[in-house]
Amino acid sequence: MSTEAPSKPVETLPDATILFAGDSGDGMQLTGTQFTLATAYARNDLATLPDFPAEIRAPAGTTYGVSGFQLQFGSGVVRTPGDEVDLLVAMNPAALKVNLGRVKKGGTIVVNTDAFEKRNLELARMTANPLEDQTLDGYNVIEVKLTSLTREALKDSGLNQKEIDRSKNMLALGLSLWLYSRPIEPAEEWIARKFAKKPEVRDANLHVLRHGYYYGETTEEFVVRYDIQPAALRPGKYRAIRGVEALALGLVAAGQRSGLPLFYGSYPITPASDVLHELSRYRNFGIATFQAEDEIAAVGSAIGASFGGSLGITGTSGPGLALKGEAVGLAIMTELPLVVLNMQRGGPSTGLPTKTEQSDLLQAYYGRNGEAPCPIIAASTPGDCFESAYEACRIAVKYMTPVIYLADGYLANGSEPWPIPDPDKLNPFPVAFEKAPASEDEEAFLPYRRDEETLSRPWAKPGTVGREHRLGGLEKEHETGNVSYDPENHQFMTNLRAEKVQRVTQEIPPLEVHGDDNGDLLVVGWGSTRGAIEAAVDRANKKGLSVGSVHLRYVRPLPSDLAEVMGRFKRVLVPELNDGQLVRILRAEYVLPLLAYNKVKGLPFGPAELLAEFERLLTNG
Amino acid sequence: MEEGKRKPTLPPGAKRKPTLPPGAGKKKPTLPPGAGKKPKLPPGAGGDGAPAGLTRKDFETDQDVRWCPGCGDYAILATVQRLMPELGVPREKTVFISGIGCSSRFPYYMNTYGMHSIHGRAPTIATGLKASRPDLDVWIITGDGDSLSIGGNHLIHLLRRNVNVQLLLFNNQIYGLTKGQYSPTSERGKITKSTPYGSIDHPFNPVTLALGADATFVARTMDRDPKHMKEILREAHTHKGASFVEIYQNCNIFNDGAFFRYTEKDSKPDNAVFLQHEKPMVYANGTRGIKLDGYNLVSFELNENNTVDDCLVYDATSRELAGIAGRLFNKSDMPQPFGVFYQVERGTYDDLLTTQTEGIRAKMGKGDLTKLLNSGDTWVIEE
Repeated sequence: MSTEAPSKPVETLPDATILFAGDSGDGMQLTGTQFTLATAYARNDLATLPDFPAEIRAPAGTTYGVSGFQLQFGSGVVRTPGDEVDLLVAMNPAALKVNLGRVKKGGTIVVNTDAFEKRNLELARMTANPLEDQTLDGYNVIEVKLTSLTREALKDSGLNQKEIDRSKNMLALGLSLWLYSRPIEPAEEWIARKFAKKPEVRDANLHVLRHGYYYGETTEEFVVRYDIQPAALRPGKYRAIRGVEALALGLVAAGQRSGLPLFYGSYPITPASDVLHELSRYRNFGIATFQAEDEIAAVGSAIGASFGGSLGITGTSGPGLALKGEAVGLAIMTELPLVVLNMQRGGPSTGLPTKTEQSDLLQAYYGRNGEAPCPIIAASTPGDCFESAYEACRIAVKYMTPVIYLADGYLANGSEPWPIPDPDKLNPFPVAFEKAPASEDEEAFLPYRRDEETLSRPWAKPGTVGREHRLGGLEKEHETGNVSYDPENHQFMTNLRAEKVQRVTQEIPPLEVHGDDNGDLLVVGWGSTRGAIEAAVDRANKKGLSVGSVHLRYVRPLPSDLAEVMGRFKRVLVPELNDGQLVRILRAEYVLPLLAYNKVKGLPFGPAELLAEFERLLTNG
Repeated sequence: MEEGKRKPTLPPGAKRKPTLPPGAGKKKPTLPPGAGKKPKLPPGAGGDGAPAGLTRKDFETDQDVRWCPGCGDYAILATVQRLMPELGVPREKTVFISGIGCSSRFPYYMNTYGMHSIHGRAPTIATGLKASRPDLDVWIITGDGDSLSIGGNHLIHLLRRNVNVQLLLFNNQIYGLTKGQYSPTSERGKITKSTPYGSIDHPFNPVTLALGADATFVARTMDRDPKHMKEILREAHTHKGASFVEIYQNCNIFNDGAFFRYTEKDSKPDNAVFLQHEKPMVYANGTRGIKLDGYNLVSFELNENNTVDDCLVYDATSRELAGIAGRLFNKSDMPQPFGVFYQVERGTYDDLLTTQTEGIRAKMGKGDLTKLLNSGDTWVIEE
């Protein structure tokens, strides 16, 4: 089908941003995912942003029930899901109302006109039909009777009305695939697999998908279709990957490379539950997954597993991290490896569970009783979730410490083309358990004796003859690990635990500056803002502005060359999706007048707003 | 005794004679077991770790035992240390996990692997440990505050999952380490530092709580009967699954005599009945029996007309009987049961996990990382 010669003119674009929006029951996430897959097949670079409500099925037709899936794809490097939308597919009035502001002037809006009737307009609290007044002036509006077309196409399918209406998203998908000259085969194959056991549903969906594709060709609504040439991605083998998938694979790789069994204890919480779902599929890789009774049990079970010689991992989101704080302190005191994944979301309290935010950095830094430092690693792109997760595991074991791993909803659900890594090229991950004493003359075992390079203590797992020892949350005496209330010892051990975390700096590779290597403005970022920051820096450089950026994977300890890099620029800006957290840490650490740019709207940064801030700083100042 | 009617116990410092529990024996309380001993390599280190020839001493550590002189915990520690060599489990395969509270200092005094964790969370750590290391023999040491208050959630989930561990709940009906507040097992009306006008909380009955959580082994014993305690602990160890053992433990500082009614020579016979599987329920030195009257247990005097044959023959496999016996709780006209209330076989969490994992491995084969990374929809960008 994709081999047919197009009869309509094809306009080639460098990139495009599409947003599918509809009711949460309309299957928009699925439509977006399938469009993404087709786009990956078309060899474009891409980035996605699923945006859905917390409710599983919010009342149909309402604005708060709108679910969206945005993606940007292009023939160049694509770093974000896009600022302004070129094509909005709106399945109902509410989806149009919520998302119209994101569509660029002159952009295309495909609306399902069947849904623009009185009831739906009322549900969306719209007093007038936007298709009939001036609301959409200046946009290229394409009216499609998606519901009727679907019903018409499936009238002989034998399916009932509800089932028929459910497949209207396939019509929208087919139409969108046609409009952007995407291959239809990946979606066809997916449908065939998904509904292999329900042939009538499979055939209906295939029929509607193709019907949508043909409709674009035949309807007179579309005078042109678009194409985006393949991107010049680095040669190699790729797959499209979501952050949560990459994260799970990073953990699997850590287990395989270290030879350690993994134990993942977790309690369901948005948006971290998907990590549990992913990992529970990999049980044949020596991974035990445990759905605990609560957040505390989840981290407790992971600590217990680490005591037994597995690598204990727990995953959660902000509220869960708060609950795990005391147990993380136990892992710090007992000096056992532990990886704590925190998929950040909007807060405080329940906050915005399905929206993204970077507001747990200070919690990760300081959210425990006592002086309780631990390394913090942050993932920066969906694909980077893999390597950063691997590193979190490696550091946890090498330094016998909990490591907090920060990602967020945007990274977890976002996807991008991912060059498949060669496991042999990952950092080596050796593990040395304490062995049984060679002879009876050996001195007594000292569970808190230190490795000179890392300051880590030996890992002696139960079952090892002659290494019986007791751990606990009470302060430990240096070397013996006995309970100690001695003032000098407490000071010494506090310093030692801090120094151990500081030693992790020796694991951090030199910072790579994106854009200008020195000049007027350095942008320091961490976490999921990387794409937006680097895209904005690229645009700034093109405009002749002297801007560079560094992105921190290791947020604690900080890279030892950060001060030097900051010194090469006149000013330093720290943009964050919080109220200013890293910037506070950096100001305290380096006593520099750093600038902050902050947003907490539950949405990621777009390059345009960052570029505007760069320009404002560089022209006003 | 009916709830709420018990007299408030003597406040701390009251002039009742401190009682030495049997396990403490004649030893001076200030000299804890093993005190002053130099650290040395345990026997068997470097060898095959065979438990043969281990003695109580081998399970003692060089740490000073820091419980108050006269505390019931000494008796429990001594009993466990005596029992250990008889169980035939190598020391290095044995792990004691505790939470927080007086009882939870226990692991420091056992020369095995151990962890003194955080308040209420010992069952979570034990679950992770046992799930990942089913070869280990895991004991949880906890108290009434630790596992019935802050850790109540973990306790019930450990029991329903039936993780193959032994959980020893030292019940002294008081918060000791925080210096004398009422606990979730304190009787109503209790005068403590935090309840100067008397507690209005209804107390937990740990045995029926455990039964309610579908525990597969539920027992009760007491610090002042080390022989009984040892046998119950042995049975708990033999049981495959989560073994819940409530141990009445005297806190001679903040709640002295809380269980004297059941534990002292003069009052024990009339107030404690020892449950034995398939044995008639007899107590008061063989002078009284217990029988079923409808759904209730009633006490009667044994004589020519009412003989042992009229007594209820206890069946520890009956969930119904366990429930009824469990409700004999602080009754003024009935004795309180000790022993194994209930024992039944059910798949353990660790076994089920192992079996499932083996099944997955057999079906899917050992995971191949390179293959996994390259799975899904992939494409190649040529040079």
